[in-house]
Amino acid sequence: MKYLKQILGGDLRQFTMVFALVVILIAFNIMSNGRMLTSQNIMNLLVANTYVLVLALGMLMVIVVGHIDLSVGSVAGFVGMIVAMSSSELGFPWWLAILAGIAVGALIGAWQGFWLSKVGIPGFITTLAGWMIFRGAVIWISASVSRPVPHELRTLGSGYLPDWGRELTGLNLPTVLIGIVGILVFIYLQLRKRGRQAKLTGQAAPLGPTVIRLVVVSAVIAYTSWILASGNDGTSIPVPTIIVGALVIFYAILTQRTTFGRHIYAVGGNRQAAALSGVSVPRTYFFTMFNMSILAAVAGILFVGRATAAGPNDGNMWELDAIASVFIGGAAVTGGIGTVGATMVGALVMAAINSGLMLMGVGQDKTQVIKGLVLLAAVAVDVYNKKQGRASITGTLFKKKGGAGSDDVAPIPAKK
Amino acid sequence: MADSQTILEMRGIGKSFPGVRALDDVSMMVRRGEIHAICGENGAGKSTLMKVLSGVHPRGTYEGVIVYQDEEVGFKGIKSSEDVGIVIIHQELALIPELSIIENVFMGNESTRLGLIDWTTQELHARDLLARVGLDVDPHTQIKNLGVGQQQLVEIAKALSKNVKLLILDEPTSGLNEDDADNLLGLLRGLKSKGITSIMISHKLNEIAAIADSVTVLRDGKTVESYSVEAGKVDEDRIIRAMVGRSIEDRYPAHESHIGDVVMEVRNWRVEDPNVPGRLVCKDSSFFLRAGEVVGFAGVMGAGRTELARSLFGRNYGVHLGGEVLIKGKPVELTTVSRAVNHGLAYLPEERKTYGMNLLDTVRKTIVAADLKSILSGGLLDLDREQMVAEEYRRSVGIRTPSVDAGVSTLSGGNQQKVLVAKWMFPNPDILILDEPTRGIDVGAKVEIYTLVHQLAAQGKAVMFISSELPELLGVCDRIYTVCEGRITGVLDVADATQEKLMRQMTTLSQPANH
Ligand SMILES: Nc1ncnc2c1ncn2[C@@H]1O[C@H](COP(=O)(O)OP(=O)(O)OP(=O)(O)O)[C@@H](O)[C@H]1O
Ligand SMILES: [Mg+2]
Repeated sequence: MKYLKQILGGDLRQFTMVFALVVILIAFNIMSNGRMLTSQNIMNLLVANTYVLVLALGMLMVIVVGHIDLSVGSVAGFVGMIVAMSSSELGFPWWLAILAGIAVGALIGAWQGFWLSKVGIPGFITTLAGWMIFRGAVIWISASVSRPVPHELRTLGSGYLPDWGRELTGLNLPTVLIGIVGILVFIYLQLRKRGRQAKLTGQAAPLGPTVIRLVVVSAVIAYTSWILASGNDGTSIPVPTIIVGALVIFYAILTQRTTFGRHIYAVGGNRQAAALSGVSVPRTYFFTMFNMSILAAVAGILFVGRATAAGPNDGNMWELDAIASVFIGGAAVTGGIGTVGATMVGALVMAAINSGLMLMGVGQDKTQVIKGLVLLAAVAVDVYNKKQGRASITGTLFKKKGGAGSDDVAPIPAKK
Repeated sequence: MADSQTILEMRGIGKSFPGVRALDDVSMMVRRGEIHAICGENGAGKSTLMKVLSGVHPRGTYEGVIVYQDEEVGFKGIKSSEDVGIVIIHQELALIPELSIIENVFMGNESTRLGLIDWTTQELHARDLLARVGLDVDPHTQIKNLGVGQQQLVEIAKALSKNVKLLILDEPTSGLNEDDADNLLGLLRGLKSKGITSIMISHKLNEIAAIADSVTVLRDGKTVESYSVEAGKVDEDRIIRAMVGRSIEDRYPAHESHIGDVVMEVRNWRVEDPNVPGRLVCKDSSFFLRAGEVVGFAGVMGAGRTELARSLFGRNYGVHLGGEVLIKGKPVELTTVSRAVNHGLAYLPEERKTYGMNLLDTVRKTIVAADLKSILSGGLLDLDREQMVAEEYRRSVGIRTPSVDAGVSTLSGGNQQKVLVAKWMFPNPDILILDEPTRGIDVGAKVEIYTLVHQLAAQGKAVMFISSELPELLGVCDRIYTVCEGRITGVLDVADATQEKLMRQMTTLSQPANH
């Protein structure tokens, strides 16, 4: 177990979630006779869930800071419609339409941030109001009619990279390249971290676990790139997935390596202590909400790009998918806990279940029921482990695997 | 070994947390009807031992044997230890501020009739319990309107309502002023005469000397000594020696003051209670702090010292009505905490769990939390530097933790306090406001903190030292202001100050401020 921990390098929770995801993918692949892990299906899964991934990034921060945003689906729908109408009615070029959409998202974010941070209305209420306001607004401005969006947006919403190198290798070279760069960067970062750690603590971490970690992660990246590169002619890693990837890197850095990120966790963990440490609580609230609505705008734009039209019901219930992803990723309802990586995996777990059940011919109704149960189960395991003074889902999963799971990471105080 | 004289015996108790062996073969015996004191340094395992005893750490999570009333026991949880009459009052009080005394006393234990709460019986019962603990207030009063001392009494009333036989108090007096503490000790004596056994954890050796019948000293999770004493004739030095493994010559280390110019001056500071319009918590307070000077603020609990400090620290508390602050002779507007920090202020709050830190954080993140700017490099937080800083303070302040990556919630109370001291040393402030900095800290660590304070003063920093313990103020400060009901009632040079003089000024309003 200790060895396992060294391999995982402290980030147990995220790796366990990845592990769960891999198990789910393989299980569905077996049950669906190999239809799960095909290039086509994986691409579909990623593209169809772009909006959830994007929204979950912002939602994670909102939940960590101790609030919730119920309006993201409505905001995404509204912005999608704005983009569509500004090009179809006002004749904006596609890039101006996108800018207009983002600007509207920012305005909405400022509006909600204002009510939360300046007036002090809890995020739940502010965004419940926003949910009604912006859903109403889409229907209002569109008069319940769908509008076409500029076809350039299609590239953003569901496009592929140029298909170089296909004749020679049967693979999409740009995708392969991205995979290779990903692996190299990962190896570089890991080795650099190890070197620094050695300098700091005066002793080098054992080489074995590092190597195993490098090999495993590289293998996962390599496999994923291969799957995405070996699809039908003309396909590659989807453009929206590249956008999501860039956003994930950006937000991982924002939350873990910037003062603003620290402030979000500080305010969510103990507002009063944060205030007494010089953190401006209203400012932190404001920018968290502001950011959320901008991401909702991005999600809306990518979605209409793929759908090629904006409809008055776009974005219905998206907030629930985003919120579920964050909690499956182990965030705490009371704030202060949660990471970008785990949230993304949480979203992919949901997406994988969705897609797997569909492949097996399970209907929407039952899928919904199963997803609800998965959410409950994931969070129940978390809660149970916290009560036991163990850390989150990790302990249990590893215990099932036969290892002792009781002694990882610092426990969270159960209750006071 | 155990006879009918013995109510409790714990044998070979061991308990591990990730990376820490908190208890290792602890044994102790408690006689029926005695007051048994447990002493030890911060992190020695005192609270953990009591949590094992009371089922907070349930059976199976520790090793060893507990024999209670001649029966071997092991509790599943607090509820099952309460069923046999063992009640623990934790280091941090667990009352619900918005509810009334009655509701709190019977929380989880309500008297019912036909499935509904029987308010009449409860009220009668509550009145009776309050009388037994000597608390003369309406049982319908909300907890938030009670002082800490009174809340402590409510906790005891709650314990009594559960038919307590063995009462465990974890640092019951650390938040109390002297009067309230005396009152509480008196109450414990009274309970003893009614046959209730008490186990009390305390860092205040004078209290232990005053009321203990037996003393058990823990060090590094092991029993060092356990012996009977005669109340009033306890050898404090023996306890200290056992606790820290050496004798502490001077509980207030000598220091030389080099007092410089006035660094901060506050004039006619007036602050209103945010919840009670019209009630002033700072009434025209004026005072000054000089470089290299440790300035004490004496007063009883609720005198308004914390309110004064927090209102100065970026108007973090109350409604500002008037007054000005001068730093190095220039008027400044400290309207936000970050502005105050930028002007060189630091405030170490009194209630560490509520105001001091984020319990979800690790030690390293807490230490740098008040000054993230200085670990920025190229716009990003430099985590290596963060770790270096944390390790440095862990050494220099003496924080006991297996790793700086440990969560602060896993540290013992005293070590949490040291983390907070480190947190506020890190921004390198000119003016340090320390609000009860040694609360819940062991004798040895206190000396360390005093030494730190003097080192900071020697670097030319001004220190505002708020404390309710007069000997501490007299031992550490250069000058002492007294505060009574929001007014500064006087100031004394430490050379002229005595406990009696301070006491008088702390309790009489008539004394005009004289500086
Ligand atoms: N839940 C926990 N998880 C991990 N370590 C813990 C936990 N609780 C206590 N510890 C560790 O066990 C040791 C003993 O802690 P304990 O709280 O019993 O000390 P204490 O004697 O009560 O100290 P203090 O006087 O500071 O209150 C400490 O090293 C502490 O860090
Ligand atoms: Mg303790």
